[in-house]
Amino acid sequence: MSGSPDVVVVGAGIVGAACAYALARDGRRVEVLESRFAGGGSTAAAMGHLVVMDDSPAQLALTVFSRALWTALAPELPAWCEDDPCGTLWVAADDEEMAHVHAKARVYAAGGVETRVLGPLETAAAEPRLRRGLAGALLVPGDRVLYPPNAARFLLERARALGATLREGWPVEAIGPGFASGPKGRVDAGAVVNAAGPDAPRLTAGLPIQPRRGHLVITDRYPGFLRHQVVELGYLKSAHGADRESVAFNVQPRATGQILIGSSREFVGLAPGVNHALCERMLRRALAYMPDLARLSTIRTWTGFRPATPDSLPFIGPAEDGVLVAAGHEGLGITTALGTAALLADHLAGRTPAIDPQPYLPTRKAAPHV
Amino acid sequence: MSDRCVIRVDGKDVEVSGGGSLAVALLAHGVTRFRTSVNGEPRGPICAMGICLECRVTIDGVPHRRACLEPCVPGMTVETGTVGDSPRPADAVAAPASSLEVRVAVVGAGPAGLAAACGAAKALRGGAGVVVLDEGFAAGGQIWRHRVGSAVPAGAAPYLVRLERSGVRVVSGATVVDARDGGRTLLVETRGGSLVVRAEKLIVATGARERFLPFPGWTLPGAMGVGAAQALLKSGLSFRGKRVVIAGTGPLLLPVAALMARDGAHLAVVAEQAPLGRLLSFAAGLTGRPGKLVEALAYRARFAGVRYRTGTWVASVALAAGDDRVGEVTLTDGARSWSVPCDVLCCAYGLVPNVELARLLGCAVEDGRVRVDARQATTVPDVFCAGEPTGVAGLEASLAEGEIAGLAAAGRETFPGALLARRDAGRGFANALETAFRPREELLRLAAADTVVCRCEDVRRGDLDPAWTIRQAKLYTRAGMGPCQGRVCGPALGCLLGWEADVVRPPVKTASVGSLAGGTIPPPSTSSG
Repeated sequence: MSGSPDVVVVGAGIVGAACAYALARDGRRVEVLESRFAGGGSTAAAMGHLVVMDDSPAQLALTVFSRALWTALAPELPAWCEDDPCGTLWVAADDEEMAHVHAKARVYAAGGVETRVLGPLETAAAEPRLRRGLAGALLVPGDRVLYPPNAARFLLERARALGATLREGWPVEAIGPGFASGPKGRVDAGAVVNAAGPDAPRLTAGLPIQPRRGHLVITDRYPGFLRHQVVELGYLKSAHGADRESVAFNVQPRATGQILIGSSREFVGLAPGVNHALCERMLRRALAYMPDLARLSTIRTWTGFRPATPDSLPFIGPAEDGVLVAAGHEGLGITTALGTAALLADHLAGRTPAIDPQPYLPTRKAAPHV
Repeated sequence: MSDRCVIRVDGKDVEVSGGGSLAVALLAHGVTRFRTSVNGEPRGPICAMGICLECRVTIDGVPHRRACLEPCVPGMTVETGTVGDSPRPADAVAAPASSLEVRVAVVGAGPAGLAAACGAAKALRGGAGVVVLDEGFAAGGQIWRHRVGSAVPAGAAPYLVRLERSGVRVVSGATVVDARDGGRTLLVETRGGSLVVRAEKLIVATGARERFLPFPGWTLPGAMGVGAAQALLKSGLSFRGKRVVIAGTGPLLLPVAALMARDGAHLAVVAEQAPLGRLLSFAAGLTGRPGKLVEALAYRARFAGVRYRTGTWVASVALAAGDDRVGEVTLTDGARSWSVPCDVLCCAYGLVPNVELARLLGCAVEDGRVRVDARQATTVPDVFCAGEPTGVAGLEASLAEGEIAGLAAAGRETFPGALLARRDAGRGFANALETAFRPREELLRLAAADTVVCRCEDVRRGDLDPAWTIRQAKLYTRAGMGPCQGRVCGPALGCLLGWEADVVRPPVKTASVGSLAGGTIPPPSTSSG
């Protein structure tokens, strides 16, 4: 590329990759700077569940919008992105949770999302490995699963085909309106996007993003063991509760036939390593819902860091210092990457966005969610 | 072989030799395809010691069991050739894992581990507080491997007698799947269920495995390691009448050739990749250790008539006509190539220390060897290491290191001078070995773009092009992400591409969800099937 880029994107995770693609499609000259390699941070550790969530109206709006973009892109995803429209099954353990299933169905319907409420027998038929005696489930057939690091690579390939450049192994230490700089030099650009995930606050001071560590366990191949991403309805309590540590039953069938078992949440800074007590709790939770998992052979446990914000909504748009931010997606970065990129591209182009961008502005008062 | 028993293989009752591993029984019965790879290729065991995961079969409804570590039991039901399937609805986790508290835990019952346990028991004046955990069928490791029920090898006997007298508990069939709290807590899967071992001191004596370098056809059933063939022979498998090629590198080629010849195999050729010049200087360096030289010459004499070719290596392997196993091996000396008909190819490029458990615990590892001080202490407090994980130095050094580690773990600060001398002699031998048998450059160019390098995930050499570190390769292609956890392709890619090993993530060996959840899984019972 000759001359300065129009936009420099800091971070080649799924969000940075999506931004690069959306901006390149608008005809902008984009340069992506990545400290390590594409898709190697939080993206690499993520489950890759493309899921509609309704923790808040703004979360529902963004996840519905972004999932629709993924669905539209799906026919173009190569096999190595392992896109699988398996749907989500939200499982209710008892009558109280079943009441939440019905409430959730109404909220989703209002958001234009197709669902089906399943009774106990239909739930068992949909997912025979679940334990008996569950109250029912909410099936969300439009949810899907993909393999995040390769999805990020795909988006970057698309961006590069449109003229974007990617510099890997290029750490950024400072950004400001119109520049990004690090030990390897300085890049001047018309606009700068901070898409550095858990690292974003280092570049944009005052951004309230905290790493929230999660564990995942992956098994050997058991094709046919699981059909949907299966999540306990209590997941929202775990995902957005104020507890320091929490676990929830959340299992995913990979395209390979492997089963991915989650999930846990804890605030421990960027400490690597496994919290064995929490991981045990997480697996016991999974076994309580799906006892047949007990005999499956596991290959690997890993941890990753979700970039969490106080109100569980990402920061998308201009920050106080004039830099653009696309960060703080917590556990929904893969789902909302395309929606985030569209909002950012619309902002730069002065277009009317598809959804109201106000709830995601970095300048909002991000009060802790209750 | 005695102990005939009837098992059910792929829906048919067959009579096989019992008493040993299921892998030996299946191979003796003529099974070549143990599992079907991700891309549908037939695969059979290449390591025969629990490392490669290529011998996975479904046993009594439980998929992904390692046939080489499962005893062959009358009435068991075995399915081969699956990619993996869903287990039948399982019994829930019945109970919390049982637990055991000891002063010293030793992982591995090869020479180093047995010597370590003896040393610890001696210093503690009794073995009640010492436990040895070993994946194999019976104590002895690879070098002292023997059939269950047959005579214990002469070298192992004194150690086993000492252990029994001192009351050391040796648990065979025990896989250490995770280590926590700086090694003070071990999660162990045994045939009887899961076990949590709490130990004040840990001695890592996890031995070594073979190094494989990919070449076209190396994934065909019938191609296996040299040590693998030795393990199978020692476990009672016969290669009588088979056309065998032994290739690769290192001092192991000769004794395995001798064993093969004695067993009645038709040995076509023994091909050593190292050039003659390097071997001669190695032999000259051995003059201080005439025992080794005499041993080597005796082996040569025993299979006189078989060509021992130096500077020769396997370029590729072709399929047997109408079959899914090895049929012909192409050898080369760099100048010319020729083909040899063959049923079994034994080919490996020396040994790789098993350092994964030590690395999981955070022990410093340099050049693939665990760093230890004069007391065999690693860089992690209360964790000691002995034998091949500190460098492949042979039996004498392993025994000396083991004994020192055992004494040190039990609190001794000084050690007999003779013991230290034996260990230090071994160090020099390890370095000489590495120099003499270093894989030649040509071997690193044998894998074609479409040659599988990661057998678990069927990742081909050409698939790795977009990656420049092992971590990228893992994320982008899944190389090294399969159930062998990179133990086969990791060292190969280290040679081929100069990639450093990635971090070790728990479990250090595949483990059931149930035991990682802190529970125990009842052993699958043949009667319930």
